[in-house]
Amino acid sequence: MSSNVTLPVAEEFEPRIVAFFCNWCTYTAGDLAGAARLAYAPNMRVIRLMCSGRVDPEFVLAALRQGADGVLIGGCHPGDCHYREGNYKCLRRFQLLCKFLRQMGVEEQRVRLEWIAASEGDKVQKIANEMTAQLKLLGPLRLQITPRVNGRPRAAECPPAPTKGVAP
Amino acid sequence: MIMPIHDPVRIGVYVCHCGMNIASRVDVEDVRAFAQSLPGVAAARTYKFMCSDPGQEMIQKDIKEHGLNRVVVASCSPLLHEHTFRRACAAAGMNPFYLQMANIREQVSWVTPDRAQATRKARALIHAAVRRVADHYPLAKERVNVHPAILVVGGGIAGIQAALLLANAGKKVYLVEREPSIGGHMAQLDKTFPTLDCSACILTPKMSQIRTHPNITLWTYAEIEEVAGFAGNFKVKVRRKPRYVKEELCVGCSECVSACVFKEGRVSDEFNQGLSKRKPIYMPFPQATPNVVVIDPRSCLKIMRGKCAMKCVEACLRAAIDFEQREEHAEIEVGAIILATGYRTFDARKIPEYGYGRFPNVYTMLEVERLVNAAGPTGGDITLRDGARPQTVGIIHCVGSRDRRHHPYCSNVCCMASLKMAHLVKERTGAEVFNFYIDMRATFKGYEEFYDQVLREGVQFIRGRVAEVTDWAIRSAEKGKLVIRVEDTLVGVVRRIPVDMVVLATAMEPQEDAAAVQRKFNISCSQDGFFLERHPKLGPVSTFSDGIFLAGVCQGPKDIPASVAQAGAAAAEALCLVDKGFVEIEPNTAFIDEAACSGCRTCIPLCPFQAITRDAVKGVAVINQALCKGCGTCVAACPSGAAGQNMFTDAQIYDEIEGVLADV
Repeated sequence: MSSNVTLPVAEEFEPRIVAFFCNWCTYTAGDLAGAARLAYAPNMRVIRLMCSGRVDPEFVLAALRQGADGVLIGGCHPGDCHYREGNYKCLRRFQLLCKFLRQMGVEEQRVRLEWIAASEGDKVQKIANEMTAQLKLLGPLRLQITPRVNGRPRAAECPPAPTKGVAP
Repeated sequence: MIMPIHDPVRIGVYVCHCGMNIASRVDVEDVRAFAQSLPGVAAARTYKFMCSDPGQEMIQKDIKEHGLNRVVVASCSPLLHEHTFRRACAAAGMNPFYLQMANIREQVSWVTPDRAQATRKARALIHAAVRRVADHYPLAKERVNVHPAILVVGGGIAGIQAALLLANAGKKVYLVEREPSIGGHMAQLDKTFPTLDCSACILTPKMSQIRTHPNITLWTYAEIEEVAGFAGNFKVKVRRKPRYVKEELCVGCSECVSACVFKEGRVSDEFNQGLSKRKPIYMPFPQATPNVVVIDPRSCLKIMRGKCAMKCVEACLRAAIDFEQREEHAEIEVGAIILATGYRTFDARKIPEYGYGRFPNVYTMLEVERLVNAAGPTGGDITLRDGARPQTVGIIHCVGSRDRRHHPYCSNVCCMASLKMAHLVKERTGAEVFNFYIDMRATFKGYEEFYDQVLREGVQFIRGRVAEVTDWAIRSAEKGKLVIRVEDTLVGVVRRIPVDMVVLATAMEPQEDAAAVQRKFNISCSQDGFFLERHPKLGPVSTFSDGIFLAGVCQGPKDIPASVAQAGAAAAEALCLVDKGFVEIEPNTAFIDEAACSGCRTCIPLCPFQAITRDAVKGVAVINQALCKGCGTCVAACPSGAAGQNMFTDAQIYDEIEGVLADV
């Protein structure tokens, strides 16, 4: 590098969002957004689960620990759950999780729970864009435990994920 | 459960171009090279259409030649083609549950305009899938027997058609209708477009077939209370409302109706759209099926006040009237369900500028349909409220439809219904008829020809959305008339057209309780409120709940031929399911690792299907695999990590989290 000391030009921060979508409503809405070619920010990566009730709060923590700047949980609207009430179970856990995250100093905009019906492709677009914009304002989470590499934790160097419930 | 194999993981990654759908936005070759570099990946290929035969054969060949034991297909949504690729893998001798899909079309190429970003996202998703698939283990689908009976909900033309087809195929059918008679909206119509068949003449034979068919159990005046179970084995509770008349005794002679203490009708007649009055005891309409009278508890003196001379009871020679009748509940078991719950028409009062409800001579299409009908309130005379014959009639299209304030969708049938009405009005009254339309949609067999015929008959067509209907006359010719103000967009002038009668072609809209029905049957609604089909092209009668099918307007506005066709399709789908005799259940059930379970019972009250019990001897939770539906809520809650879910184990999900977050 030259001896001229210049401030490095910051590359625009691209937040990483992990999304847990239920199979029946929100994942389908995600597909609908695609079919309708509703472009949205590329920062969201969707993990499909059968129900938002399957979202173990530890999944959210693991995602944040491994470099996610935000986590979105998507489930069916209250009353519409394919499994009757999985989304309520999710809501209960989510509220406890939010309390915990607040105490840990994680801004509440980083972890969101949204009810998105199978027909609401536009809501997937809206929330992905909204969350990306919000996280850009908030900046990186930097919740990593391992030393940073180039300012970001590398997933490969993160502590291994807990291996509870290993399949028989 | 089958034990996992311990061979080294050999993954094949298949990146689909999907024509240009994926390849135009995602650098598939870059993604393939990336996949090839990942640990455990033995082969990575791209192909134009992975779902095509050559694509599937490519995967199968690799499984055999490269000894693959895991497959990742990066293509469209797993909701679309997971079954296809599972079948392909199974045919090559690999357990189908060693497959994982990465959705790089719906969730990448179709929503990410920037090629570099799309490619990066595709890499991340494939990385996650490769990480995850290593943790997969073989599973098998369980087979469950199917109950051979079928439930059809709704007795309009779609429900009638579906029920008859299934009954003719030898299936036991339950047809449940909430009104006192089947027939639906079609029974209210006079003629059907474009052939001008008499609606009742083609419908009533089908209605009576329903009544007499040995395979059909018809429950009118009944509603679905509760639906439990799953495809192949639904348990349905039906509530039968009391009609205060014994259905098996009544022969429909209507002596009781004449004898009723009310000499004249007092209550607005639903069948005639309120254009006539009926008595508290009434026959819904002459061809009602079943041909049994019904007593309206909201107007019958005996039921409301407990006091009445009960002339109806005296008049009935068969002692069919029974004021002691109470609600009955029936529980049935069926293998498949067809929903044909129909529609309601848009309430024209919501567009006050058209004056419905303010000006007596503004009618809805369905009201005029009753006026035209020989069995209607005027005996087929098209008359105004004061009994005069209209000299000029204006028919306004798109009332409530193609209107951002109400329904953005095209209600599909109104153009043709308006043309038919224009023809009938002109034929019966000789009146001058104006049609006010936005676009003329006459797209099916014989429709354009009918439009042409109506044009030649001299019906006037003015292209433009009507601004208002007013009684404010500014010229002498407008005195005492309704004036339709409209911009004639073909000529480019604003016109005032005085008419005697205005007919509003109101839109079809979802039933008032569509959302409640949707929840009851665990299906989805599309944004317009109609029930959502599984796939707009390839699954037009299926829903996201297996074993529940859609027919008729409950899925979206359509005319009679389309409803009948869809009913046939739904019947065929239901038949496929019950004739197969078994359903295969996705093995995504939860399980308990007994060694880790502390018997804390946290999971037991969480299960919405009561699938979890506690083994008192071992002191551990036990999950009944037949009852578990695989939501995984118990797994998320288990404090000791003893609960797991097949296809969605914690390890698999953690791998996926790590995979999507990795720098790629």
